[in-house]
Amino acid sequence: MALLDIKDLNVTFSKGAERVHAVRGVSFAVAEGESYGIVGESGSGKSTVLRAICGLAPVTGGTIRIDGQQLADDRRPDFYRKVQMVFQDPYASLHPRHTVDKVLSEPLAIHGFSDRETRVEQALEDVGLGKGFRFRYPHQLSGGQRQRVAIARALILEPRILLLDEPTSALDASIQAEVLNLLDRIRGERGLTYVLVSHDLSVVAHMCERLMVMQHGQAVEEMTRASLQSRSATQDYTRKLLIASLGYRAAQEEQAS
Amino acid sequence: MTDLLNVKNLRIAFPSRQGPVEVVRGVSFAMGRERLGIVGESGSGKSQTGRAILGLTPPPGKATADRLEFDGTDLRQATKAQWRDIRGERISMVMQDPKFSLNPVMTIGRQLTETYRTHRKATKAEAQERGLEMLNAVQIRDPERVMNAYPHELSGGMGQRAMIAMMLVTEPELLIADEPTSALDVTVQIEVLRILDRLVSERGMGLIFISHDLRLVSSFCDRVLVMYAGQVVEEVKATELTRAKHPYTKGLFNCLPKIEGGERPLPTLQRDEAWAL
Repeated sequence: MALLDIKDLNVTFSKGAERVHAVRGVSFAVAEGESYGIVGESGSGKSTVLRAICGLAPVTGGTIRIDGQQLADDRRPDFYRKVQMVFQDPYASLHPRHTVDKVLSEPLAIHGFSDRETRVEQALEDVGLGKGFRFRYPHQLSGGQRQRVAIARALILEPRILLLDEPTSALDASIQAEVLNLLDRIRGERGLTYVLVSHDLSVVAHMCERLMVMQHGQAVEEMTRASLQSRSATQDYTRKLLIASLGYRAAQEEQAS
Repeated sequence: MTDLLNVKNLRIAFPSRQGPVEVVRGVSFAMGRERLGIVGESGSGKSQTGRAILGLTPPPGKATADRLEFDGTDLRQATKAQWRDIRGERISMVMQDPKFSLNPVMTIGRQLTETYRTHRKATKAEAQERGLEMLNAVQIRDPERVMNAYPHELSGGMGQRAMIAMMLVTEPELLIADEPTSALDVTVQIEVLRILDRLVSERGMGLIFISHDLRLVSSFCDRVLVMYAGQVVEEVKATELTRAKHPYTKGLFNCLPKIEGGERPLPTLQRDEAWAL
């Protein structure tokens, strides 16, 4: 049975008479321990899918099941013990006036953990930062270090599912490699389940066993890592993305031929 | 052939409590009418290098150079009047984010024609026509609507293309593009590059393409300068990037994940303090 099972998900944002149908009937299932990628361009609704799972976007249709249990409209605290999210921009997702210690202790306090001290130190160790970072403010950290803190914050409640929304797109290439390696290692150690959203096909190919391509709020195609690597897409849109990912010169030649 | 741009020993320093901090430390290069890429990670000084060429180092920063020549003009000694003739007319700059670099309270049309009318003695109607032409050239489908639109009414890709149109309306000889495609989706990215490519090959424009994306730059430019800690650590032909010698360039290239799959875990960049000396 799938750990995360989404059927016919619809998200509509409305403001007055205006309606934006951001996600239109998306379905997918992720097994325990699997890493699932969602790829698409900006505005395709890929991040909205993650936000809908977390209860941050207005779900207007469809069902989300975790462990076979359908989620109610409002998320209960035990949901957040199971599912945590890492956001795209580590410059925006950490409170500028909270120390790392405060950022990491808050979820522990909410969920009534008693051994906060050791857990905070352990979480910092796990993401490769160490105790020395505990009382720093975000502005005293680099982008990569901030993203590590964001990952530590997500991991501190020992969730089973991690939702990753473009976790490395705000980082330099060398830092991206370090963060991807960190995520890969943690998944192996803890048997976590990932849903990773990215616009970068090579990141998804590296991190995920299966992926879904989205466009205009709809799922265009579902692929395995192997079919992505052999570039055997069946849909035009996916092919277009694959060609664009080859870089400028190759894309020019591809178009000419 | 004389160089279009010649930079020798460019240094940019910002004052701090601990004394001046040099963010660019002795950059030298010369370029003709070609596509030159400048690649580096954040903080490597690549953007500051681009801005210094146009004399746009933000105060209190100070830029000094042994030589800074554009088509025979010494930019270090340029007067305000000379700068007015150069900026926007002969050298233009495309910034990274259209959300921050377009004027939010002016329509695209007004911003577009302003540049043209400042530099050419053109009537409003002529400028308008020229603006529409330029928007067409950057493949904006309904240029009339875009002319009357405010920046917030456009998507990121449209805004970026409108800005490129704005910078190209005067047909500059040198275009400095600072991460012009980083905020764009891959498919739009290729379109924008195609426009720039055509300008270089058809009009003989010089292009400085500043980016953090080594793979993109190597697939687009003729020559690449790799910057690290304010210095150029290596200059390579774009086609020979895979054969780069400097460990930083190699490391940067190897740590990118590949669709075809590769090493796992990804090789990471081991920084050597000697690179920054």
